[in-house]
Amino acid sequence: MTKPFHKKLLEKIVEGILALSGSITSLAVLLIVIFLFKEGLGLFKRSPVAEGYVLAVNKNNPVNRIDSKVVKRIFDQEITNWKSITGKNDTIITFRLDNLNSYYSDEKIGANLENLSVCISSLVDSISGIIAFVPQKNITNDFKGKLVKPENVSAGEFFLGKEWYPTAEPSAQFGVLPLLLGTLWVSLGAILLSLPLGLAVAIYMAEVANPRIRNIFKPIIELLAGIPSVIYGFFGLVVIVPLIQSIFNLPVGETALAGSIILAIMALPTIITIAEDSIRTTPRSMKEASLALGASRWQTIYRIVIPYSISGITAAAILGIGRAVGETMAVLMVTGNAAVIPHSFLQPVRTIPATIAAELGESSQGGPHYQALFILGCILFILTLIINLTVEYISSRNKLAKR
Amino acid sequence: MKRIVISIIALAFAINGQAQRIKGSDTMLPLSQKEAETFMKNNTTAKVTVTGGGSGVGIAALIEGTTDIAQASRPLKMDEKLKLQEAGVTYKEVVAAWDALAVVVNPSNPVSQLTRAQLEGIFTGKIKNWKEVGGEDLQIIVYSRETSSGTYEFFKTNVMNNKNFASNVLSMPATGAIIQSVSQTKGAIGYVGLAYVSRDVKALKVSYDGKTFIGPSLETAKNKTYPIIRRLYYYYNVKVESKVKAYFDFVLSAEGQKIVEQVGYVPL
Repeated sequence: MTKPFHKKLLEKIVEGILALSGSITSLAVLLIVIFLFKEGLGLFKRSPVAEGYVLAVNKNNPVNRIDSKVVKRIFDQEITNWKSITGKNDTIITFRLDNLNSYYSDEKIGANLENLSVCISSLVDSISGIIAFVPQKNITNDFKGKLVKPENVSAGEFFLGKEWYPTAEPSAQFGVLPLLLGTLWVSLGAILLSLPLGLAVAIYMAEVANPRIRNIFKPIIELLAGIPSVIYGFFGLVVIVPLIQSIFNLPVGETALAGSIILAIMALPTIITIAEDSIRTTPRSMKEASLALGASRWQTIYRIVIPYSISGITAAAILGIGRAVGETMAVLMVTGNAAVIPHSFLQPVRTIPATIAAELGESSQGGPHYQALFILGCILFILTLIINLTVEYISSRNKLAKR
Repeated sequence: MKRIVISIIALAFAINGQAQRIKGSDTMLPLSQKEAETFMKNNTTAKVTVTGGGSGVGIAALIEGTTDIAQASRPLKMDEKLKLQEAGVTYKEVVAAWDALAVVVNPSNPVSQLTRAQLEGIFTGKIKNWKEVGGEDLQIIVYSRETSSGTYEFFKTNVMNNKNFASNVLSMPATGAIIQSVSQTKGAIGYVGLAYVSRDVKALKVSYDGKTFIGPSLETAKNKTYPIIRRLYYYYNVKVESKVKAYFDFVLSAEGQKIVEQVGYVPL
């Protein structure tokens, strides 16, 4: 049987539109990912020293290269002698342009900074223990000091570094480990709290509750998903944080636990909806067979219903984690945002999304800090990709098992 | 009809000719907005638009020539001066007001004064317990602003001698959050603008010489005896001086300075 021509044409057009919108969506996703990685990976070719600046020492100083971490500790005056970093026994004197006036008067430097280069050069020449953080353009050919270069930001330093000081001058520290562990830690706590609760509610709604109660509960739970995350953040800061502080008698209430509790509440609707749907797919015949064999309702639930829908429940849990990993605003407000590696739930942590949200606005475009934040975005992307692939895998396995 | 259109366009251009763009520091945003509002009320032909974004953003815009006035909660950095010089921009600086930062603790804390060295120790993590500075045996919880804020930079250069904050410092996204947290945490310490100090927190007396301790208030900030104060700046290109002069005259007038006080900053 052939259809009339114009109907066929219409079908073709609709088909074309569907295919086009599909490919546009995939293209957009692809472009975003490429953009993310392109912006981020430039970081590993950069020096951690602020752009346009160099570090200079006296020409008689034997030190040629200084590790970026050491630079920070020198300028924080934690390292005070060249001896401790394979140099001579000489006190380290740090110099920034801000201190220039304690060495030279404004007249000497000149109103338009015309003598700046000469001043820097003679200063570096005259003080043997100096390390100066000065603009590159003031280093002229007749500069009497020696330039030292910190190593470029390496991948190892980035992923295993423990210090996150992206705006530290002269040498920024990009150690992402505390942020990554903080994110995973808060998410783990959230899932430990929300999974049992979410599962209990899902079973109750699917198996135990009568339709009237279910019709009241369901919209309320779905409403949870519609509340903006800033509201959760406020709630957390004003209610949960002081509560945790007084219950555990802590010095500070902004902890990973506060973040976990807020995220658990936010992940609940996802977990409940998906788990309930999957519990509902248990065939009526299986449940009836179980009941007919004399099993109680509870025995039926945990021997028949849960094993049957376990893959759906797992998917619910993983999607819940996904929700928790990417959440920004609520976490930013309640976890205290201290970039330290977490050892317990009763300690402040800083998460990746919170870091991006708090810092991207003020970082200079194209600079190392900006690029580091893009790599954080890549890490987040990879995390959620892994989560989605796991869900994919589990639900496909389930389909095979049921066949 | 045509005439109306032309006159509207002409009017738009006339207004545009008078329009002044101010961009920069978020700290100064409420001040500039209020000043501009009153200025425009008194001077109906003038039009001033104020946008935030941070001191760095404002100065970058001044270098690129996309703003007439840059507002900044800190003086120009050396590299910014160099960039302005490179771009061939001759600028002028106007100090519009002063801002004092108060170091605040929980009201139940018996400590009421600290020296600059003690503050540096606390914020760099070397002093960890209140008993080391004459208080109870209680862990010190340090609250700071996010690294992007100008207040953070100012505190770092002025109080901490350019040293970095300890890594376990809690950084909060806004001043309001610091007040909230300090008011509900017994061992807390933080820093906020003078305008934000309320009864929920206690402002500490501070000493830079180790002898005279002075508490933050409008008077001590005005007579510059309180040490943690900063100037709030406007920077503009001398090329647009004729255009922006009226605005600065207003800001520096008695009426303009009254607004400074209303917004919570310290008049000159």
